[in-house]
Amino acid sequence: MSLLSWIDERFPATKVWNEHLAQYYAPKNFNFWYFFGSLAMLVLVSQILTGVWLAMNYKPDAELAFGSVEYIMRDVNWGWLIRYMHSTGASAFFIVIYLHMFRGLIYGSYRQPRELLWIIGVIIYVLMMATAFMGYLLPWGQMSFWGAQVIVNLFSAVPFVGEELGIWIRGDYVISDVTLNRFFALHFLLPFLLVAVVFIHIVALHKVGSNNPDGIEIKKGPKGNKWSDTAPADGIPFHPYYSVKDIAGVVGFLFLFALAMFFAPEMGGYFLEAPNFEPANPMKTPEHIAPVWYFTPFYAILRAIPSIGGSAFPGVVAMGAAIVVFFFLPWLDRSPVKSIRYKGLVFKVWIGIFVVVFFVLGYLGVQPSTPAKTLLAQICTALYFAFFLLMPIYSKMDKTKPVPERVTK
Amino acid sequence: MSADAVDTSKRRFLTAATAVVGGIGTAFVLVPFLSAWNPSAKAKAAGAPVEADISKLEPGQMMTVEWRGKPIWIVRRTEQNLKDLPTLNDQLADPDSDVPQQPEYCKNEYRSRKPEYLVAVGICTHLGCSPAYRPEMAPADLGADWKGGFFCACHGSRFDLATRVFQGFPAPTNLVIPPYYYLSDTRVLVGEDGEAA
Amino acid sequence: MKKLITLFLFAIAPALGLAAGGGVPLEHADIDSTDQTSLQRGAKFFVNYCLGCHSAKYQRYNRMAQDIGLTEEQVKANLMFTTDKIGNTMDIAMTPVDANGFFGTTPPDLSMIARSRGVDWLYTYLRGFYMDESRPFGVNNVVFKDVGMPHVMLDLQGLQKAVFKKDEHGGDPVFEGFELIQPGSMTPEQFDGSIRDLVNFLDYVGEPYKLDRQRLGVKVLLFLAVFFVLAYLLKREYWKDVH
Repeated sequence: MSLLSWIDERFPATKVWNEHLAQYYAPKNFNFWYFFGSLAMLVLVSQILTGVWLAMNYKPDAELAFGSVEYIMRDVNWGWLIRYMHSTGASAFFIVIYLHMFRGLIYGSYRQPRELLWIIGVIIYVLMMATAFMGYLLPWGQMSFWGAQVIVNLFSAVPFVGEELGIWIRGDYVISDVTLNRFFALHFLLPFLLVAVVFIHIVALHKVGSNNPDGIEIKKGPKGNKWSDTAPADGIPFHPYYSVKDIAGVVGFLFLFALAMFFAPEMGGYFLEAPNFEPANPMKTPEHIAPVWYFTPFYAILRAIPSIGGSAFPGVVAMGAAIVVFFFLPWLDRSPVKSIRYKGLVFKVWIGIFVVVFFVLGYLGVQPSTPAKTLLAQICTALYFAFFLLMPIYSKMDKTKPVPERVTK
Repeated sequence: MSADAVDTSKRRFLTAATAVVGGIGTAFVLVPFLSAWNPSAKAKAAGAPVEADISKLEPGQMMTVEWRGKPIWIVRRTEQNLKDLPTLNDQLADPDSDVPQQPEYCKNEYRSRKPEYLVAVGICTHLGCSPAYRPEMAPADLGADWKGGFFCACHGSRFDLATRVFQGFPAPTNLVIPPYYYLSDTRVLVGEDGEAA
Repeated sequence: MKKLITLFLFAIAPALGLAAGGGVPLEHADIDSTDQTSLQRGAKFFVNYCLGCHSAKYQRYNRMAQDIGLTEEQVKANLMFTTDKIGNTMDIAMTPVDANGFFGTTPPDLSMIARSRGVDWLYTYLRGFYMDESRPFGVNNVVFKDVGMPHVMLDLQGLQKAVFKKDEHGGDPVFEGFELIQPGSMTPEQFDGSIRDLVNFLDYVGEPYKLDRQRLGVKVLLFLAVFFVLAYLLKREYWKDVH
């Protein structure tokens, strides 16, 4: 009796291998945009590995945190490499996830029957943002401190309970040692929660099958291919075809990642902000506070909404809504087709507007606000929400092209 | 279609080549993570060689300096001590220091660079207690044959004034002699072999 | 398509632009991290003129010796107090409480000053002290208004006067340039050169492993390039099956 069959009687190793890799049939027409799911998993693993290693020398103590990061960077063998992998990895994670989400957006990967898959994905995104936010406090530099101060104050803007809520989150009247300690604990925990949700995301994906650039359900098409008589004709086994393709994608990604990490780890102040090389000083705010780039579109939306009745709460609501609205995307799109390839001009224009608006808001979020910039941010905010909220109308009236029976090359 | 014919040898070659290069890459990635567990620059600075000034040490006296968190004894042995050492050989477990518990330059009858001065790590080779310096001759508790040495109160191990262990006691080997060298006649640097090594 | 990612990476890369106090344009420091003699001169300048009040508490002497091309003996003899050990960091004896009494503020640790302020800011700042009788030490600074630091390099640079032009729109006076009113022991060119060395050294102290990082990066990129070719060929070989 072979070892494998001994195992198979006790654990479904061969069964899992076949169902999810060797006999999992994915559409054969995946393009460039389909690399980002596997890349996101790679970055998650790298973040956890480097993060655990950083935690071996990091001290979550307001007196020691800043120095312990420099200790890692200078005194620990290869500490600088591990730390830069982690800090560059944080930004890379968001780049990859934004591209992954954009793929879903243009090919309609959120449409029936993948609504739940999309929702789980948005949950991953929200968890990621929480993890990144808490992680950013840990170096205990000026930006860490004041960024956390500003974000936690958002909760204080909640009517009636806000003040108490802010104090409860901080565990103190300002961001302090207590806050740092609890953020460290959560920053360590959340990634493992992320792994669990990613697992659920993949389970859901393998239940409904992957979408593809044509937005055609290959399971509903003809059957039979050269590997199996019952598998979809337009499917190919994930392994070895997509595993070898993803390896090439991973190496290409690592090339760009190494380029950033070894030659521009600060990325001109976007990945590591200059004021964060100064220890946190609760008595002195830096001249200009900007969140890290991946939060700036939402920060710009927050600042675009004026206070109403002396309360900053409307801005907070708008910022929250800008994220929550992603959950509803499956039901906002009423187009008869999924993929942008067969959608009409109106939808394409709106997608274009959305991309431009997202970048402009991201840019405005790092800039000091001026009346002109605030006005621009307000226009962009309006367009941002219009993209989602008007979608039921324009996606329905849009002229679509006929969808072919089979996937195209 | 004939194009379907698979060139298996090419495929096998490319698979193996990619796997090997990928494996090499993974091994390289592991290096920083494993290496990060070695002592950091801070730990190395804290464990750097320490200098001891032995100019004030009288014959028969011992001084202790700390190196890498361990007590380092420096004993100035008397003429009589040095004469006594060879007479103890038949009572010792390893009189010729065959077990490499000392740098090569200290594998001699006095286990030291200069006969007069003993430099040793004051940690018992049994379970890590620090033995006591007992230079007096024939004290009541150690017996009439005692010619000065070290006694470990934890489990009773006995060492002579070259920190060689006596037979029949729990400690398995002689005490460790650290690397050291003389910066001058009165200054010893503990923790480095020096150029003479 | 991969160009897209590259483009994206570099589209977001332009510098944030450090806040330049007083609106004075920063001068380009033009340092060379690989110039070890410049770093050695900078280290000496740092020890003589800065280390009295400012620490570089994350920088170890032995690491510095190795990186800027000096032996540990040379560093011990010329750049350290005899009581310090070669493995120590560049600490100072002045306590923050004392410093507060002397300057009204604590002189910041300079380990990461080049990373938080930028080298151009430092270069402009260190050359930007000018006479101002209203200040406690008789000098002010064009990029750091009302700074608490005295002009410790006065002997070298000499004393200069800042020339301001009235703003036609009634705003703050606009800085026009300096006028040397009392020469120091160095010519302006020599002084600028010394400051460049110092800024170079501070930049080194900010990230001592910078050159290691770049050297390793080249190797990693070469390795990945080879790996990519193989991975791509493998992919292409397997995908011959797919029509």
